[in-house]
Amino acid sequence: MSRSRPEPVQVIKQRRDAALTSLVDGVPYAKFLGISFDRRGDELTAVLPFDEKLIGNQMLPAIHGGVTAAFLEITAVIGLSWQMLWNDIESGDAGGDMTLPRMPKTIDFTIDYLRSGLPRDAYARARVNRSGRRYASVHVEGWQDNRQRLFAQATGHFLMPQRDE
Amino acid sequence: MPHFQALGMELGKIADGKAEISMAYDERFIGDPETGVISGGAVSALMDTTSGAAVMCHPTGTMGTATLDLRIDYMRPATPGQRITAHAECYHVTRTVAFVRATATDEDTSRPVATATGTFTIQREEGGKK
Repeated sequence: MSRSRPEPVQVIKQRRDAALTSLVDGVPYAKFLGISFDRRGDELTAVLPFDEKLIGNQMLPAIHGGVTAAFLEITAVIGLSWQMLWNDIESGDAGGDMTLPRMPKTIDFTIDYLRSGLPRDAYARARVNRSGRRYASVHVEGWQDNRQRLFAQATGHFLMPQRDE
Repeated sequence: MPHFQALGMELGKIADGKAEISMAYDERFIGDPETGVISGGAVSALMDTTSGAAVMCHPTGTMGTATLDLRIDYMRPATPGQRITAHAECYHVTRTVAFVRATATDEDTSRPVATATGTFTIQREEGGKK
């Protein structure tokens, strides 16, 4: 029994990065806020570089609560889509010019604001706690300078896009 | 509020713990290019802002506020091209916490696009009773 040779690392990386780029480019609002994603293997970290237009309270100053909500929600949607696509990306069925499936739709999203968002870059990671045929439940953590001190966390439920129907 | 301007929000009536703020359709705020529907995140930002405004104009008087938590339920996609308007009501205030509910609609005001409930901090004057 012989295994097929593993693909060269560049081929795999190129395919994963192309899939991620087309996924993120699918959300114009992510671009408007300046959100990008760092990828290590299948692990994604969303990055929101600080910008003056993200400020909600000039007195503190603090990042607008709505920006934080949007940042965490986009992290959840991209994280969930990424997990949905992962097997296709690995098998080579999804790549640079693939047609992406429809995005999951947010049913509800609950944000817990733990401390005010400082005028600094922010990071977030999503964990898909349940992903069924119809519904998914995703938890997101957001932090700034210190990974241990979250400034916000959120849980959302999503309606999965119907595939092959 | 820089982000208020960035999203092109417009103030409606703001008084007695009730606030109305709207946001014009903008292609930069799209969440799904296939449908042209506005991102849930942009609707969240509008609801959060409107809720905060409702707290600020509550007659009890608060110096400032910040969101503690916000739950948003998305009932249907907003129709592309239409302005989204949020109404928020601060229906209860304690010494330290304000409770708010909000609704967002597009031009079809009979069917909400999203609703939200949230709690907000109340910042009283320095030196006041804690």
